[in-house]
Amino acid sequence: MENINIFIRSIFIDNMIFAYFLGMCSFLAVSKNVKTAFGLGVAVTFMLVITLPINYLLNTYVLQPGALSWLGTEYADVDLSFLSLILFIAVIASMTQLVEMAVEKFSPSLYASLGIFLPLIAVNCAILGGSLFMQQRDFTSVTTAICAGGGWGLGWLLAITAVAAIRERVAAYSKVPKPLRGVGITFIITALMGIAFMSFLGIKL
Amino acid sequence: MADKVNNKSVFFNPFSKNNPVIVQILGICSVLAVTAKLEPAIVMGLSVIAVLAFSNVIISLLRNTIPNSIRIIVQLVVVAGLVIIVSELLKAYAYAVSVQLSVFIGLIITNCILMGRLEAFAMANKPWPSFLDGIGNGIGYAIILVIVGFFRELLGSGTLFGFQIVPQAAYEAGYVNNGLMILPPMALIVVACIIWIHRSINKDLQED
Repeated sequence: MENINIFIRSIFIDNMIFAYFLGMCSFLAVSKNVKTAFGLGVAVTFMLVITLPINYLLNTYVLQPGALSWLGTEYADVDLSFLSLILFIAVIASMTQLVEMAVEKFSPSLYASLGIFLPLIAVNCAILGGSLFMQQRDFTSVTTAICAGGGWGLGWLLAITAVAAIRERVAAYSKVPKPLRGVGITFIITALMGIAFMSFLGIKL
Repeated sequence: MADKVNNKSVFFNPFSKNNPVIVQILGICSVLAVTAKLEPAIVMGLSVIAVLAFSNVIISLLRNTIPNSIRIIVQLVVVAGLVIIVSELLKAYAYAVSVQLSVFIGLIITNCILMGRLEAFAMANKPWPSFLDGIGNGIGYAIILVIVGFFRELLGSGTLFGFQIVPQAAYEAGYVNNGLMILPPMALIVVACIIWIHRSINKDLQED
């Protein structure tokens, strides 16, 4: 029950884009059409679901103060938490390389359309952000980490697909003032959707 | 002489014409998240300037020895090392601010400005221009951070650096702080306004 709660919370209330604004760079660059946006969203979700549990295990059994006590009592007061950034990013970067190879092999069309943005997933703030939030919030089990990862990923997917759909319409039908075209109007669309998403605040299952 | 001019444009271009935030659209996440108050915005700006300058120099020194296929991981490790130093320093000397910034100091690692500059500039240039490029882009980023932080704190809380700016008399006369400015979505709108003004002046940046 608690896990479902965290899953739903991660999609709507703690939405990566609308509540924390993580992963904005690729969000702004790729949200020009729905298909590519959806592909990137799926890739991000996938990465979050994979890296969050791995980083959770790393955090619990290697990094936390006292996490190394399973090696013997003399390691009980070792605190490696200052290494967490470098280990998390190493996990994320290597997993990205793997996903890139898999996508290239199994879905060349997706690979072609995502192009240079796949390697950029490694530096997508949403993924490192997920791991850092996980560390900050003291999740209790691997399942919780998977649920949160899935939720954040789906929330990101939802956000980028929705904004891409709106951008398609705006580009086709609206008269946007010239200096605002492209990036400017996307900022405003995202802001308005962020305000709308605030209505989910306080929902509890 | 030509080299000198080149260095100068490398340093000053990111301030406005090629600003990393509003023209290259990089590193937006932290601009939005840390600018509710001016103080964390400035600390964040300084941290990014430091990390960007030094990682540019290190990568530029290593540029001929890094194998192309693993360059992203090498870049990330260099940046992560520098960010850890910054984050430990902040925890030691400015604990209150580092709590406010929470995960966003760690997220400097994935700040796209860093990867963008490392890939586009440091991998192809000598250390000294890379250093200037890092400082320039860092300052360009910090300028936007400070502008956004200034407006959000002034209009949202009536303060700057925590000091009361809007006089008490104004509140008694019925002035109310705009609570909306504190919320993260308003940062997007402030940045959109900056882009609007900037592109009205620099017409060549407008999209079709």
